[in-house]
Amino acid sequence: KFSYFIKLLLSARDMIRSIRACKTAAEERAVVRKECAAIRAAISENDQDYRHRNLAKLMFIHMLGYPTHFGQMECLKLIASPGFPEKRIGYLGLMLLLDERQEVLMLVTNSIKQDLNHTNQYIVGLALCALGNICSAEMARDLAPEVERLLQFRDPNIRKKAALCTIRIIKKVPDLAENFINPAAALLKEKHHGVLLTGVQLCTDMCKVSTEALEYFKKKCIDGLVKVLKDLANSPYAPEYDISGITDPFLQIRLLRLLRVLGQGDADTSDTMNDILAQVATKTESNKNAGNAILYECVATIMSIEDNSGLRVLAVNILGRFLSSRDNNIRYVALNMLMKAITLDTQAVQRQRATILECVKDPDASIRKRALELVYLLVNESNVKSLTKELVDYLEVSDQEFKGDLTAKICSIVEKFSPEKIWYIDQMLKVLSEAGNYVKDEVWHALIVVITNASNLHGYTVRSLYKAVQTAGEQETLVRVAVWCIGEYGEMLVGSAGVLDIEDPITVTEADAVDVVEAAIKRHPLDLTTRAMCLIALLKLSSRFPSCSKRINDIVLHHKGSLVLELQQRAIEFSSIIGRHEKIRSALVERMPVLDEVTYTGRRAGSVPAAVSTSQGAPPRIPNGVAKPTSAPLVDLLDLSSDETPAPSSFGGDFLQDLLGVDVSPASSKGTNQTQKSGTDVLLDLLSIGTPPAQSSSSTLDMLSPSQDNKSSVDILNTLASPSTTPSAQASSPAGISPMMDLLNGFGPSPSGPETNGPTYPSVVAFESSSLKMTFNFSKEPGNPQTTLIEAQFANKSPNIYSNFVFQAAVPKFLQLHLEPASSNTLPASGNGSITQKLRVSNSQHGKKSLVMRIRINYKVNDKDVLEEGQVNNFPRGL
Amino acid sequence: MGYDRKIHFVLLISRQGKVRLTKWYSPYTQKERTKIIRELSGTILTRAPKLCNFVEWRGFKVVYKRYASLYFCMCVDQDDNELEILEIIHHFVEILDRYFGSVCELDLIFNFHKAYFVLDEILIAGELQESSKKTVARLIAAQDSLVEVAKEQESSISNIIAQATK
Repeated sequence: KFSYFIKLLLSARDMIRSIRACKTAAEERAVVRKECAAIRAAISENDQDYRHRNLAKLMFIHMLGYPTHFGQMECLKLIASPGFPEKRIGYLGLMLLLDERQEVLMLVTNSIKQDLNHTNQYIVGLALCALGNICSAEMARDLAPEVERLLQFRDPNIRKKAALCTIRIIKKVPDLAENFINPAAALLKEKHHGVLLTGVQLCTDMCKVSTEALEYFKKKCIDGLVKVLKDLANSPYAPEYDISGITDPFLQIRLLRLLRVLGQGDADTSDTMNDILAQVATKTESNKNAGNAILYECVATIMSIEDNSGLRVLAVNILGRFLSSRDNNIRYVALNMLMKAITLDTQAVQRQRATILECVKDPDASIRKRALELVYLLVNESNVKSLTKELVDYLEVSDQEFKGDLTAKICSIVEKFSPEKIWYIDQMLKVLSEAGNYVKDEVWHALIVVITNASNLHGYTVRSLYKAVQTAGEQETLVRVAVWCIGEYGEMLVGSAGVLDIEDPITVTEADAVDVVEAAIKRHPLDLTTRAMCLIALLKLSSRFPSCSKRINDIVLHHKGSLVLELQQRAIEFSSIIGRHEKIRSALVERMPVLDEVTYTGRRAGSVPAAVSTSQGAPPRIPNGVAKPTSAPLVDLLDLSSDETPAPSSFGGDFLQDLLGVDVSPASSKGTNQTQKSGTDVLLDLLSIGTPPAQSSSSTLDMLSPSQDNKSSVDILNTLASPSTTPSAQASSPAGISPMMDLLNGFGPSPSGPETNGPTYPSVVAFESSSLKMTFNFSKEPGNPQTTLIEAQFANKSPNIYSNFVFQAAVPKFLQLHLEPASSNTLPASGNGSITQKLRVSNSQHGKKSLVMRIRINYKVNDKDVLEEGQVNNFPRGL
Repeated sequence: MGYDRKIHFVLLISRQGKVRLTKWYSPYTQKERTKIIRELSGTILTRAPKLCNFVEWRGFKVVYKRYASLYFCMCVDQDDNELEILEIIHHFVEILDRYFGSVCELDLIFNFHKAYFVLDEILIAGELQESSKKTVARLIAAQDSLVEVAKEQESSISNIIAQATK
């Protein structure tokens, strides 16, 4: 029987002892589990004798963070039992284990109601306390009349509890506030400090939810309140309420707070309290915390009520005194209050600027944060230079964890108030050099926008950046901006164009400039954004510095093997542009047009002088289309056209889709014949996008510029893709596409397209190089149109035997690929035999998308490893 | 300074990060409570001595004060009077001290329910209820004696029953 088991239950004290004796968390869990099992058993036995002890134990277990919901009903049972000890622990458990959101709580409403009417005042007190701490709106409605009655209970200790309970009730159900106005006002006339304290608090809270209450208290209670405060402030020593020589600071603070609520926006009421506020402000001792707490509250009241210049001077003086205190707590609250004072009396706060600036350098993080916020508010056109200098200097020595906040604020100040662009650029470079790793993206994006707009400073900026990265190459955002500028203005760096008087001349060779970018690409191996920016910069430099073209190509090619698909693809494309398309290269990599500041500047305060040209918030788009590697990377990298970059899900469709990162669904457009386009045109389209087709071949200037028209770009892509949309266009498609493939993949002769489109699929030469040819034969399993069986046949065009022959293939997500073993791994020379290998491809988008495949072939010839790669996109339609 | 304020919760955390008392005056789920305790003990226990007693946290302020091995923490609104909260904490500690007779952490562990009873006489609904330590002590003592009387009655009844059934 369970009873025996229950007798074994430990007392709460013993349980705590055994939990404390546990050496590991596992041991503790075991003890708790055992105890909980025993308590559950006792609960299901409906054991009476130990209920009270078990709940105590459950509360302790709850405090340790274990689940105790099964004990909730026990609380209700204890509350419903007649004795005080049971009720006391039951209510405690209720408040601890439940909160207002639990439905179980509704079950207790009736018990509480009975207890509120109990003859034992301590039981009434328990019920009020629980109600005040956890009552829900529904309970508040049900029990409000009981509580209202208890506000007039004979014992003051019940009245004070009822007052606080009322606060909870009117917060839950503001409509009920009006019922409580009279009883609440009556509490203000009491002598008992507890009742006064809670009554004043109640009236304050009522003013928030009821204007009727506010007006009533203003009219009827203000004189009484002033008198109570006056008596307290002038009270002789009262041991019961004394805290370091001050009589009941808690009550004084609450009175000051209620006066503030009543005096706000009401000149007459404010007048009534002027004297007492002046008295509190001047007479309260400020050598102990309690006194300072009163002064602090008093200052808040003086600053909130209607203007009285004499009082304001007193308040500002108190804050000045606080600010120069050696007590950190006092300085903290001073900074806090000065934030509010700044709107009332800017001059007075400005006078404290030096002290506040010192607080920014405090060892205490809480104080630093407050001070920095305050400094931020103190900046204006006339002091921006000196304040910024202080902050930037401090940046060098500040704690690591503070640098984030600090840089954000400095950048914001500099952006908001910079008197001229050169100063802005200088300050930003300092910040980037000092704490570039903490600077947020929108900040350096905005800097680039400003730089493009400051055409007379391009040379100066790029040279400054060059110098800065030499010493601070580990600051990522600095490196990014430097790489971007070197890519754009590299020739100004080398040619020392537009040197300002203030500059020290430097000599930079083309190789030096490339060094910087190369160092950056090597130094930040994990940062995709930086590396992507470096690749673009290199592409641009290859045209600006023809002598370095070979070296640049080598660096770019190094990334051909990058594991990041994005970089790999870009490296291959860029190296093709560098190596094979010199004629169009310079046009392709024209300098970026001036970025439109209006587009990039978000919200700007009207107070800022028009000459200031920087952005304050996050620019809506990213300059130079950098970053955002996750969404349609090509579009981003080259800043193709639109904000609405195509969803990455379109990635891995057919080849074009893959390449352009744009969803080109075969059905979307028809008819336009693209076969006339030269390779260059295709390339232009590929890279520019967004200029209408008519211009794309001529106006290369627009090539990399952002386009306003998202649609046109899609159109171009669609028309580009259109050859593959209908079977009739199929024959002509290789002509249209091959230049591009040639460009990007180094394909040899264009693959021959299928001749017919019958139910049996023609074989295709899927891949051919000077040394190897791969043919695909297709068949379908009957009744399974999605799956294609491919027989790959490899032929050796060279006079040498290939050994260790391995064929690999990869497909986009919408396809599934299964490779059978190859017939052999040796390929005889000169076509005297072949290897065959079967592939099975399932197309989940059958009928919508065509097959596409990347291939890779490894073999050994004369003991040398050879790798051939390619992409197969000439699959017959409808597979 | 605004006037919409109250104490959202009270935490007592030992220097080792053990929770000794929690009282929530605003609704938080059990999960949130655990997270809050973890976050705050991380922040507060690592602060160097002599720094100010305020920590800004999720748009609120946590006022804390260390007494021997225990940190007393109260979370209040941004606009509340931090200095007064320090006084309330001290008020609570002094009453505990008087009640237990020079209180130590062990008292609060083994008599944790009593610590809650004391707190319930000082705060309700996150508001201060009584500024007189003497009054609080008197009320707690009166209730404790009610419990004692009930216990005595119980044992005397069981004695009577025991004798009657001898």
